[in-house]
Amino acid sequence: MIEADIRSKSFGTSRVLGPVRFTVRPGETVAILGPSGVGKSTLLRIVAGIDPRFEGSVARPERMAIVLQEPTLLPWRSAADNIRLVHPDLSRMKVHAMLDRVGLGDRPDHFPGQLSLGQQRRLALARAFAGNPEGLVMDEPFVSLDTGTADRMLALTEALIAETRPATLLVTHAESEATRLADRILRLGGQPATLA
Amino acid sequence: MSAAATRGLSILGLLALWSAAALISDDPTILPAPWTLLPRYAQEIENGKLLHHLTATLLRVIAAFVLAMGLGIALGYAMGRYPRLDRWLDPWLVVFLNLPALVLIVLCYLWIGLNETAAILAVTLNKVPNVTTVIREGARSLSPDLDAMAGVFRMSTWARLRHVVLPQLAPFVTAAARSGIAVIWKIVLVVEFLGRSSGVGFQIHLYFQLFDVGMVLVYALAFIAVMLLIEWALLQPWERRVRRWRLA
Repeated sequence: MIEADIRSKSFGTSRVLGPVRFTVRPGETVAILGPSGVGKSTLLRIVAGIDPRFEGSVARPERMAIVLQEPTLLPWRSAADNIRLVHPDLSRMKVHAMLDRVGLGDRPDHFPGQLSLGQQRRLALARAFAGNPEGLVMDEPFVSLDTGTADRMLALTEALIAETRPATLLVTHAESEATRLADRILRLGGQPATLA
Repeated sequence: MSAAATRGLSILGLLALWSAAALISDDPTILPAPWTLLPRYAQEIENGKLLHHLTATLLRVIAAFVLAMGLGIALGYAMGRYPRLDRWLDPWLVVFLNLPALVLIVLCYLWIGLNETAAILAVTLNKVPNVTTVIREGARSLSPDLDAMAGVFRMSTWARLRHVVLPQLAPFVTAAARSGIAVIWKIVLVVEFLGRSSGVGFQIHLYFQLFDVGMVLVYALAFIAVMLLIEWALLQPWERRVRRWRLA
């Protein structure tokens, strides 16, 4: 369960977020929709615990996972190591099963730089779900992919969410992604931004 | 032509230049020809002095190098990571960067005494500001996204340092190590020249007083050979290993 009760968030003197309150139940997927620059990523970083400087409180589960716009992999470690280093308790077999699951079973020893952007994104997905997360935050995970690749990524994400059932918060500007993945859609807008 | 062959030929060229200069000057007390040094090498190896002094210098170089790199990396990382600390320590860094090596050496000997501690400390203090400056640049350019990722997934401090931070700092660490080792051995020689009774610097001091150019060259070249060996056998292979993922 993710419980966010944000009263305010400012960068210097400009107030970016106004009061934002919502909860995401276990197994539920909530999408935050809004135009770019409105403060979606700021909200996501607060919920994920990356940015602790805000007024209010956020309760999040112990095991969190994140998928960012950029794959944010460790370019100096192999695909398998990128999963194993983040989840040290995972067995070799589980790591390989996870790579298999996202279609990278044949390249555990490749460095991220040797993978295409689509493959890097899937590796980031594998890393997020490998730890069996209770909470998941995703920031525009499907941008700048061609339509076919984005579609396969969406299907894969859908299946993984259905298997693992974390409390998922998805931030996106694409209405179609939100309707396809989310049980509930919240719209962020205004200045400072609040939920409509 | 292979890299090794180019390297070999380039060094042969330097030897040829030296030989020509020696033949033209025609005065072995000013510039002895390379081959006239060979019997003196044989003599110094046989009586064990060369090995003794080379080892003494090499141990000082290693000690100062390890200390300077360790302190410099820790300090540079902290200063790059915490701007407040950086604002406080930066003036100190500028002072130490501009303190002449000779002044530090003399002060260390005066305050601590003519001993090994003073010698190593003097060399270390000379090198720490350089390492710090380079590593600070690296720490400032650490990726905030990777940091956020490691934080959300709750990677342990050790895992973050080893797999997230250090690989990002690696190019800066190699650059600092490279320039570090070259500067350190030269300062070690000065330290030995001024106040130690062993090492290549001490021998050079001795033969300087006897005005023996040949022996000065014997010891200087022997140590250059050792440093080239370290560069080719240790530093360059290590650098290749660290950069492997970029080339894959």
